Amino acid sequence: MAELDVSIVAVERRIWAGKASFLFTRTTSGDIGILPHHIPLVAQLVDDAMVRVEREGEEDLRIAVDGGYMSVTEEGVTILAESAEFASEINAEAAKADAASDDPHVAARGRARLRALGQID
Amino acid sequence: MAATLRELRGRIRSAESIKKITKAQELIATSRIAKAQARVEAARPYAAEITSMLSNLAAGAALDHPLLVPRPNPKRAGVLVVTSDRGLCGAYNANVLRQAEELFALLREEGKTPVLYVIGRKALGYFSFRNWAITSSWIGISERPSYEDAQEVANTLVEAFLAGADDDDDEPGPDGILGVDELHIVFTEFKSMLSQTAMVRRMAPMEVTYSEDVDPGPRTLFSFEPDADTLFESLLPRYVATRIFAALLESSASESASRRRAMKAATDNADDLIKVLTLMANRERQAQITQEISEIVGGANALADAAK
Repeated sequence: MAELDVSIVAVERRIWAGKASFLFTRTTSGDIGILPHHIPLVAQLVDDAMVRVEREGEEDLRIAVDGGYMSVTEEGVTILAESAEFASEINAEAAKADAASDDPHVAARGRARLRALGQID
Repeated sequence: MAATLRELRGRIRSAESIKKITKAQELIATSRIAKAQARVEAARPYAAEITSMLSNLAAGAALDHPLLVPRPNPKRAGVLVVTSDRGLCGAYNANVLRQAEELFALLREEGKTPVLYVIGRKALGYFSFRNWAITSSWIGISERPSYEDAQEVANTLVEAFLAGADDDDDEPGPDGILGVDELHIVFTEFKSMLSQTAMVRRMAPMEVTYSEDVDPGPRTLFSFEPDADTLFESLLPRYVATRIFAALLESSASESASRRRAMKAATDNADDLIKVLTLMANRERQAQITQEISEIVGGANALADAAK
């Protein structure tokens, strides 16, 4: 089966790069799933976006993305983020506290992290 | 004569304690360069990706966004000067400030008024001593810059730039804010451990460069979500932030490299000084001993002569 080359790049460093069979996230226009050979696309992700990367024979990756953009080309998918965190790195308590914050930006980050943990939709 | 010997010893001691300080600074700077260099490297993929995304967009979007098109009659030019907070780093700050002065001279020649934004205590001190009007300043971020810092700076600059769009010569336009028509940045490029150069770059209006060698075939047609213009609008401030962040990282690596070099030179000089002073002190001590012996011998001889 065809595979996607996915790379997730944050401002400070490249977070992850590898092969995937399916990628799911939410852009400002709505939920989107990317399969191999998707048409070229540049999209802005929502502020509280979560990216799910499904891989063959391996566990799904769930990543909380802040200030994200996505670019889909023939070669694969690139996610640009101001910051990004794996579900495994997320502190659920801190995320919950952030999500309840008054600052819309902080709250969005908190929601993104909770979403990566699967605690909210 | 004994006073000079004591004086020399005192000078040796002070040279030794200075050497301890400079040596410690040198070691700290050395360990920081490696880290700073790694951060410069780690931040490259993002800069590369955002640039390629922008050139894709520029091909799809209408190219009349204010960040892209030079204004017809630029009057005010924003200049961001990046220096360090601390000294003890050789000519690092002096080089940046000299570049900045050159840029100001050039801008004035072109009939533009420089509007000053500074990062780092050194530039702040330099310009406020010369009674410059400093529009904004940031302190405490140049040694270990974070992206949030860069973003804050970028937001201020982009705001000023967009506010400058409707300015009428030296009068603020309908929005009542006196903005700028151009954005420049003066920072230090980290070429290698041994060579760092102060540089001037124009950030806005920017030139989107199409890399021809990358895409030899027909251009890929992208679809955009939301539409290309909106995307462009939201992406450009981030692009400026990325540029500033990269400049800050390079500057911090350069600062550490300059400091290491300056402190190494200082340590070496202290070493030389200690060597020379020790030699002088030893000579002085020996001269004292010789004199004492000759005094004793002379006295003994005189006594022996008197006894005869």
